[in-house]
Amino acid sequence: MSDLTRTVLLDVDHVTLKFGGVVALNDVSFNIYRGEILGLIGPNGAGKTTCFNVMTGVYKPTSGKVTFDGDKITGRRPHEINHMGVARTFQNIRLFPEMTALENVMVGTDSRHKTSVVGALFRLYRVRVKPEELPAVDSDNGFIRFTQQVRRWGAKTFGLSRHTLEERAGERKSLDLLRFVGIEHRANEEARNLPYGDQRRLEIARALATEPKLLCLDEPAAGFNPAEKEDLLQLIRRIRDLGYTVLLIEHDMRLVMGVTDRIVVLEFGKKIAEGSPAEVRDNPKVIAAYLGETADAS
Amino acid sequence: MNFDELFGHLGQHTVDGLAKGSIYALVALGYTLVYGVLKLINFAHSEVFMVGTFAVLGTWTVMGATNNPGIGMMLVFLAAGLVAGAVASGATAVAVERIAYKRLRTMNAPPLAFLITAIGLSLVLSEAFGVWQGRLVKGMPTIVPQEVVFQIGNTAITNTQLITVVAAILMMIGLDVFINRTRYGRGVRAVAQNPDTAALMGVNKDRVIMLIFLLGGLLAGAAALLYSVRYGNTRFNVGFILGLKAFTAAVLGGIGNLRGALVGGLVLGVIEVYAATLTSSNWEDVAAFVVLVVVLLFRPTGLLGESLGRARA
Repeated sequence: MSDLTRTVLLDVDHVTLKFGGVVALNDVSFNIYRGEILGLIGPNGAGKTTCFNVMTGVYKPTSGKVTFDGDKITGRRPHEINHMGVARTFQNIRLFPEMTALENVMVGTDSRHKTSVVGALFRLYRVRVKPEELPAVDSDNGFIRFTQQVRRWGAKTFGLSRHTLEERAGERKSLDLLRFVGIEHRANEEARNLPYGDQRRLEIARALATEPKLLCLDEPAAGFNPAEKEDLLQLIRRIRDLGYTVLLIEHDMRLVMGVTDRIVVLEFGKKIAEGSPAEVRDNPKVIAAYLGETADAS
Repeated sequence: MNFDELFGHLGQHTVDGLAKGSIYALVALGYTLVYGVLKLINFAHSEVFMVGTFAVLGTWTVMGATNNPGIGMMLVFLAAGLVAGAVASGATAVAVERIAYKRLRTMNAPPLAFLITAIGLSLVLSEAFGVWQGRLVKGMPTIVPQEVVFQIGNTAITNTQLITVVAAILMMIGLDVFINRTRYGRGVRAVAQNPDTAALMGVNKDRVIMLIFLLGGLLAGAAALLYSVRYGNTRFNVGFILGLKAFTAAVLGGIGNLRGALVGGLVLGVIEVYAATLTSSNWEDVAAFVVLVVVLLFRPTGLLGESLGRARA
């Protein structure tokens, strides 16, 4: 990609964040360009997650600002930032534990739906549906088959409510996303019963369901073995190929080097380097920062 | 102990208890919804119910309701009472949230601040009505004259009992569908299970919270109408005992659990009537709370367990 065709999606502009006397972020500036995978790395406690939280509206910066797609993010509420097109996953998994995997993803798709509370309660607004969208009659059980026929007749005669249509669309899209991340077979299991790796994938599916322009992954490979990391790498590439812009926070140097287009390095809340993976790898400051962490970073 | 009376008319006493418990259940849903999402006991909810009863009374007075209107006018009064009660209670509940709790939430106040605010608000509302409307019991016209609709053996079921139980169950089903099968219900469950994450996934947390207060208020308004029809009076402190009972019902069923509120309310109503029959009505409150204590000893999270998120289970 040449510099001329690149457009800035997210602009972190001289952001400083202080907690009491502690300076968590010190005058940090960088851009994320549309369509790239940007890595944000640094030793433990460098301010990666803090930076992330400022970008997703969890913390308000003490000074400086964050602009997303031309609009100021700073000071907005978390759900508004999500609606602007920023979605994220969490370093420590944060699913809705007592909902099924499918429902978890549907919470994400809901953020793009339009039915009002009244619409969801009374469903008076009816839409004509195409024959292929009518409820299926497929049961062998006589009674269930009868109720299915009644529902089909009802949908044919009165149409479906917008709420029902949006629910169906949300469900289809959520199933597609579960298939995309490879856990479709877990759709109806409660999230808390999923294996660790599948929970991480579910978080990615849920974030994608909100139709983000920027997908932020916070240490998605934490706790993964090498084979799982390789799978994850493939998944991140496939996500980028769909046209998403990805911000990847990662501790694992090899993973970051393998998948990112550019890398920003933080240390003690300051940006110490920025550039292509090769440039960053050879940067003496970065080598110094990571010195003694090689065992951790492998 | 009058066992002959209890077992001789067991069906009758059970029906009486279910009708009584239905009103508890509707008010209990308000406690349980708010607790399920915010982990907050909204003590002002009893006054949300009280405001509903006064709205019903006011509406009937303005419309010139008299005892035993014909069937046509009866339906008109019931509909008007339902709208008035629901609007007044719903508005009160949302106002309570907006005025008292929202600010505390944005300031990250400790749970005790919420608790004392809730108790204070409850007193403010009921005393304000005591000053405004007087402290005496206010009678209401008998809109639905008691009539036996049908009889099974020696169990007579009256029209008000039938209306009360059916209305409570229908509203419960409606609420259950709303919470489990709509996008707003999913939002409510998401906020109940993990509020911060829900917000980052695009759920408007403040709107969800307003919605649960509104739903709780609407149900309390419906309960206010049913109460007015059945008991035919109200008072500035009518919410106190009823609110306490409804809260008990919510805990008995498992606070935070919608179906638990229904079960808890019905069980509590039936126990009270049984106890009153066995001894005297002086003992019904004692029996209700003894049962609560015993149930909690064996099932600390109530009959159906806590958790709005697991309303499905």
